[in-house]
Amino acid sequence: MKNNFPIIFFSSFLQVLGIFIITFLILHLLPGDPIQVMLGESAALSDQVKLRAELGLDQPIYKQIFNSFSQIMHGDFGNSILTGMPIKEQIVIAMKNTYILALMALFIAITFGITGGVVAAKYRGCFLDKIIINSSLFFISIPHFFLGPLLMLCLSIWLGWLPISGMDSPFSIVLPALTLSLGMLAIIIKMTRNCMIEIMDSDAVRTARAKGMKEWSITIHHVFRLVLIPLITIIGMQFGSLLSGAIITETLFSWNGLGLLLVNSIQMRDYPITQACIFVIAISYVLVNLFTEILYKIVDPRMRNI
Amino acid sequence: MKKLVFSVCFFWVIGVTIKLLSNFDSNQMIFDEILIQPNFSSWLGRDDYGRDIFHRLVDGFLNSFEIIIIVTFISSFFGVIIGVISGYFGGKLDQFLRYITTLFMAFPGILLAIAFAAILGPGKFNLIFALSIGGWVGYARLARAQTVLIKNLDFVKASETMGSSNKTIIINHILPSLKTPLIVEGTYALAGLIIAEASLSFIGLGLQAPMASWGGMMRDSVRFLLVSPHYALFVGLSIMSLVYCINFFGDYFNQKWDIKNNED
Repeated sequence: MKNNFPIIFFSSFLQVLGIFIITFLILHLLPGDPIQVMLGESAALSDQVKLRAELGLDQPIYKQIFNSFSQIMHGDFGNSILTGMPIKEQIVIAMKNTYILALMALFIAITFGITGGVVAAKYRGCFLDKIIINSSLFFISIPHFFLGPLLMLCLSIWLGWLPISGMDSPFSIVLPALTLSLGMLAIIIKMTRNCMIEIMDSDAVRTARAKGMKEWSITIHHVFRLVLIPLITIIGMQFGSLLSGAIITETLFSWNGLGLLLVNSIQMRDYPITQACIFVIAISYVLVNLFTEILYKIVDPRMRNI
Repeated sequence: MKKLVFSVCFFWVIGVTIKLLSNFDSNQMIFDEILIQPNFSSWLGRDDYGRDIFHRLVDGFLNSFEIIIIVTFISSFFGVIIGVISGYFGGKLDQFLRYITTLFMAFPGILLAIAFAAILGPGKFNLIFALSIGGWVGYARLARAQTVLIKNLDFVKASETMGSSNKTIIINHILPSLKTPLIVEGTYALAGLIIAEASLSFIGLGLQAPMASWGGMMRDSVRFLLVSPHYALFVGLSIMSLVYCINFFGDYFNQKWDIKNNED
């Protein structure tokens, strides 16, 4: 067996490097002098010099890139311009909240998505199948910033079951997680159903039936294991949309995560925090993709030699 | 489903026609009718400044459509050029361009657009730039894959043996074959762009206050969810229905031109 894990890890590392350079260079795109934009035109010269030295902007660019890369690799994102506090603490808290939200959404999407898809494929063409497929079509084209208010309206304002926003009660997570998960859930349902139907008509399954295996045993042992392969790909790919959807959803529900931190920092013009948030979100996406690729090789023995 | 799609299209055609005929001002405010329910004089009610929601929706539709069409042209133009060069010439250049493409794909969804819009500040041209930065990647990947496929077909090889230059081959053989997959990709991308543009306006990075934009209206309407849920409902429904229609057309083009189906 040819082992190509080093190549995968190396290309991921190259991606991390590239992401870092892009997020780093963005600050230099600011029209005019970044220091003056951050502090305002009327800032005292001594403050300008101090901030310039603090951000390392008085050094040549290759040195700046190298320095801040080594800093970030040590987990140091620098200080916030507004409060002067280290960004790292804020980022860690926000990351924790975002991951809780994303994992919850992932859990909802995978559980109900796979169940729904399997049921729809088993009862193909029936009333139940039509309901599942049509509602999933509805949820694919609904954007997060409309689904969120819609759920708020139905579940918290009219029915009064759940808190509208914030993070105070343990049930606050339900609405943002639902908002985030429904689009992904619909895609998983569609994918699972189509793959199941394709595989259920294949020769392998016909042989299994001819052997006299029970129908549910075929579904679990033969069909479902094959469905797992495209599912892993689609879940890995959709995780990115989950992360970018979290920006909108967190803003909507005031969930203290990376997205809210990003939006707030943009409004406050606190660029180091903006950079750190963008960097962390992009890196998480790369890591998830790396994880997906490795998982893919474990689940599908055919992929191991390629 | 078809009826639904056509009625939604019809609705927007009527809206735009009314705009062209009467040239209404969507910023006209009537303070006595703030957040009023739908009635005969204002079909979809009025917003928190007493402005007609229907008028603002039509204006927002025109504004976002303008931005989206420009972004599609810019990103498909650069995407196709990069993709064709990368696929046709191959080698080190191809490797480099592919690395750049994967790099841009490492930013999930609208993150890259948010990053650029955040740094450049809100405004129409910055919005167009920010959306185009992430938009070209899909076209480049598609154009590259298609170019590699066509390049190795017999008729291109024959043309090469007859002494055609690279320029002739690219213009006469490769670019025409890109047309149909690009239209399909572009249609789906339009739907994504509508949501992306609205999302950027939603977090305050899109068009600025007096100009009508769907994302901005959505943000305003959420604040008045308790008092006047109809405002949020109408804005959300119009975004959703348009996205649904565009995806429907994407599916239609895809089925019509799908090469796999034609071979069967």
